[in-house]
Amino acid sequence: MRTRLYSLEELDDIPGTTVFNAMRSRQAYHLHKFCMSLMDAGNREEFRKDEAAYLDRFRMSQEQKQAVLDRDFNHLIELGGNIYFLVKLSNTDGWSAQKAVGSMTGMTPDEYAAMMRAGGRPIKGNRSIRGKN
Amino acid sequence: MARISAGIATSHVPAIGAAFDLGRTQNPDWKPIFDGYEWVKEFQRREDPDVVILCYNDHASAMMLDVVPTFALGCAEEFAPADEGWGARPVPMVMGDPVLAGHLAEQLIIDEFDLTLMNHMDVDHGLTVPLSLMFGKVEQWPVRVIPLAVNVTQFPTPSAERCWQLGAAIADAVQSYPAGLNVQIWGTGGMSHQLQGPRAGLINPEFDNAFLDKLSNRTDDLRKITRLEFLRESGSEGIELIMWLIMRAALGETVEELHRFYHVPASNTAVGHIVLRPTR
Repeated sequence: MRTRLYSLEELDDIPGTTVFNAMRSRQAYHLHKFCMSLMDAGNREEFRKDEAAYLDRFRMSQEQKQAVLDRDFNHLIELGGNIYFLVKLSNTDGWSAQKAVGSMTGMTPDEYAAMMRAGGRPIKGNRSIRGKN
Repeated sequence: MARISAGIATSHVPAIGAAFDLGRTQNPDWKPIFDGYEWVKEFQRREDPDVVILCYNDHASAMMLDVVPTFALGCAEEFAPADEGWGARPVPMVMGDPVLAGHLAEQLIIDEFDLTLMNHMDVDHGLTVPLSLMFGKVEQWPVRVIPLAVNVTQFPTPSAERCWQLGAAIADAVQSYPAGLNVQIWGTGGMSHQLQGPRAGLINPEFDNAFLDKLSNRTDDLRKITRLEFLRESGSEGIELIMWLIMRAALGETVEELHRFYHVPASNTAVGHIVLRPTR
């Protein structure tokens, strides 16, 4: 057997972080197709007119569709989503990247912006779930 | 023969592009960032490079869905700025160099790098924000650009060491090109940032500054950084820093640091920028 520098399970030890891998990429394939469709101004218009009907054009799970309607980015990531795709949705809504990203932290936009201005979330205490901090 | 005269690294935050495009470069949040790039704009006027090999990552704008290329080299005559959900950036078309790109493709694949060759792709903020920072507002970009897109979206990304080896091969490939071109190589992305989940907003200035410190002459340490360490220490999107290693390796063994800038934050991200000159 080949040796590895670390076990891939170590990736699950990073708190508040989901590593986007091939399996998640597959799980979110149609969700991401939807996101990428928003790179077209005409599609953005159609989506705004009737979000639910627009989402029905894609072979996404009901749960994924609901999470899009709710703009629940943490849930979308649980369902396989990746932020580089998901920002197409928040961009369509006219959100700043900071607002979209901050929405996943449980902080208000102002609280999150203040944290960033003060130097961001510190690494200390945020390295490891199992306490390797 | 062609030569690589400088290596430049910079973050490529989309919000920097938005601030630039909306004319907000002088407002209090953004001025310190844009001031950090005044030096390099003057440097570029003096250097007047012909071609930039621009290492960046596509943010799900041109790829990463039906195909997931680890290294993708742009071989087209031109690359249009992508519409990332709010219209394309109002910046000039990016002109390629299909002849040099074809040479690089040939040489690098012969040297065991199984590149994906892109004959058509749009380029997103990862590529156009660095151009804006290096050249400012222009009617036409003053250089031709060969995009080299690196997968940093889907795990596993190429390793730090693999990126280093690719950079070293690029140095050889450029050197074997007969035309006397002034070539620069840029590494973009980073520095520490995380754009997802409850840990979003992570910034690690100690990691970033150590990376900048070691980039000139302690590169062995950087080549050993694992994907796990990047993800843990520099945030899930901080792993973009592997692209700086392609740039650095292409400069050869020794370099002189000409300029450095570091600032927290731009939107969600620690901004880093460095200019290096190969010394032999």
